[in-house]
Amino acid sequence: MALALQTFTTVKDANAALTAAGSRYLGGGTLVVRAANEGDISVATLVRATDPALSTIALSGGKVRIGASATMAEIALHPELGTLAKAARAVGGPAIRNMATVGGNLFAPSPYGDFAVALLALDATVGTDDGDTPIETFLAGRDNSRAIVTSVSFMLPRAGSFRFLKVSRVKPKGVSVLSIAIVLEQAGNGTVSSARIALGCMADRPVRARAAENALLGKTLDQDGIAAALAAATEGTAPITDPIASAWYRAEVLPVHLGRLLLG
Amino acid sequence: MAKVPVQFTLNGSEKAEFVDGGTTLLNALRDKIGDTSPKGGCHQGTCGACSVIVDGELRLSCLTLAETCNGATITTTSGLAEGGVLHPLQRAFLDTFASQCGFCTPGMIMAAKVLLDHTPNPSRDEVVEALSGNICRCTGYEPIIQAVLTAARANSQNAA
Repeated sequence: MALALQTFTTVKDANAALTAAGSRYLGGGTLVVRAANEGDISVATLVRATDPALSTIALSGGKVRIGASATMAEIALHPELGTLAKAARAVGGPAIRNMATVGGNLFAPSPYGDFAVALLALDATVGTDDGDTPIETFLAGRDNSRAIVTSVSFMLPRAGSFRFLKVSRVKPKGVSVLSIAIVLEQAGNGTVSSARIALGCMADRPVRARAAENALLGKTLDQDGIAAALAAATEGTAPITDPIASAWYRAEVLPVHLGRLLLG
Repeated sequence: MAKVPVQFTLNGSEKAEFVDGGTTLLNALRDKIGDTSPKGGCHQGTCGACSVIVDGELRLSCLTLAETCNGATITTTSGLAEGGVLHPLQRAFLDTFASQCGFCTPGMIMAAKVLLDHTPNPSRDEVVEALSGNICRCTGYEPIIQAVLTAARANSQNAA
């Protein structure tokens, strides 16, 4: 079935066009064109906005603002975003990374969306013309979200405080068994003073491992210190089952990989 | 539905066509322009067989709308040979038996070309990473990796 592509220079006009039934926003195309290729007849009109501000990456006072159209390749190569490069490179192969956008990654269903897992651990804010929304709220409501995402913003983590792991069966590129992102702060005596742990593939979208986060507070990063966090790692999760792995398998191996990332 | 015009430079030649709205670059190249070197494998962004180079960047033509390539410069594997002489990558793929059924080969060669354009003397790991979005069901990858390394060596010898 033929699709109509509507191109606007401003997000405002594109948002207006997206009120029409059957319209979807076109970012890099890796989600919505794929859906159309697979015969999703709910997609009739694709809308895109070409405002250059959507592709801008800006850093100021430790705060990062990434335009929603910035690609994974642009993030991976950005000289000041080196701490996040591993998470950006976790998405797809080189061609996909040249196309896939940070805005689109927020909508990627599990087992995709590895960069959104990183953004959840970073406690990012998702910007639209309607204002800013905490990423956790945004992800929970994303199925009904209509306003075009224009940016994601977060405080750039201190080097060493951000950890990321994608587990896949095929190296170097493969679909996620699961992914884990952690932003960890430690007090002078080495005990954990704050922890945000985000998980990919442990639900239909990225989720926080709050029980594990709480179990880490005040603990040291050694086998005994992290034991309670590992025991609580799967609390509140509902892992997906797909051809890569079953929900049972994901739940079994999550504590193993979380432990390696915490001790690594 | 109305046809839409698309116009781009393909392998050094100006191309202009009318396509159905929403036509992918892959279908425009193969069905309208007659360049069948990019292959339609999965149409999901998984296999890499449709890889082409758009304005110097590797892209999946099955997930790219032709309309978004207006004014772009596009390179496909069919544009690599010059005057009947194969490109070093093509030569190396033949010499190292890196192509069996051949379906993945044009995408592999596009991914390898982008790598060598930016990194003329890549390490083995860099080759593996550059080809990580391209799936081959025949060769087990090793001859393909060797082909890219062989082409890189041939390039550096020519440049010396």
